[in-house]
Amino acid sequence: MFIVIACMVAGIVVGYLLRMRRIHFIHRFILILIWLLLFMLGLEVGANETVIRQFGTLGIEAFLLAFAGTLGSVIFAWFLWLTVRTKSVSK
Amino acid sequence: MKGSIIILSFFATGLLLGIFRFFPQEILNYNISFYVLCALMFSVGISIGNDPSAFGQFRNLNPRLIFLPLMTIVGTWLGVIAVSFFLKNRTMADCLAVGSGFGYYSLSSILITQYKGAELGTIALLANIMREVLTLLLAPWMVRYFGKLAPICAGGATTMDTTFPIIVRTSGKDYAIVSIYQGFIMDFTVPFLVTFFCSM
Repeated sequence: MFIVIACMVAGIVVGYLLRMRRIHFIHRFILILIWLLLFMLGLEVGANETVIRQFGTLGIEAFLLAFAGTLGSVIFAWFLWLTVRTKSVSK
Repeated sequence: MKGSIIILSFFATGLLLGIFRFFPQEILNYNISFYVLCALMFSVGISIGNDPSAFGQFRNLNPRLIFLPLMTIVGTWLGVIAVSFFLKNRTMADCLAVGSGFGYYSLSSILITQYKGAELGTIALLANIMREVLTLLLAPWMVRYFGKLAPICAGGATTMDTTFPIIVRTSGKDYAIVSIYQGFIMDFTVPFLVTFFCSM
């Protein structure tokens, strides 16, 4: 976890040092890395036989939990967003 | 939406290749994804550092955003408790343990497998991967209907790493610091909360 943060801090330093030159291609590069990471996530899950065999029934339960958990947190994010936004507007 | 479909097709392609073993097995033994993640974080760092105006937003941050991780936790728990009434062979504590992974699928599934067995561990793995994928796919939609904090709460513990780039893309660079703050807090709470609900 700390290595990952260290990578980003190193990136911030490099990006800051190069701030006179705008690095436009970096956003394209970020997107390609996201694609690569999700492809490898698929590989890992696909190669796990126990997970794939029970994918059907366990998958439905997992989806319900994931969906409800995500929806709940999004709704609570919205509550906080309303108070934060009205405050910044009234400023 | 085009971007989301491209992302999903990459995941699906990986899934199929994984099922049919259409790749050298050694790939999974080396932590390649970890190194790619490091490269990703380095690139994201460059994109932040390259735009010094992003740092100015840190001081302008609303103090109320300190409560963002709390919103994530409470919202997730209420959603998961609601579902637990429909899953007859799972207890509420089981469901809360799975939900308390907050997308941190590697750690939460390992912990749950250890305490509660492989079946619930598999559910934890799938549910938390799904949470991450849902966030990646629906982030633009969440911002449009629930505000710019929504993908951060949806991302849970992953907002510092895997979902961080998509949050910066959809909510904007102004929310990069909030996203890191949330991921940082959640990463620490996941092991405690998961263990707590497993012991119930």
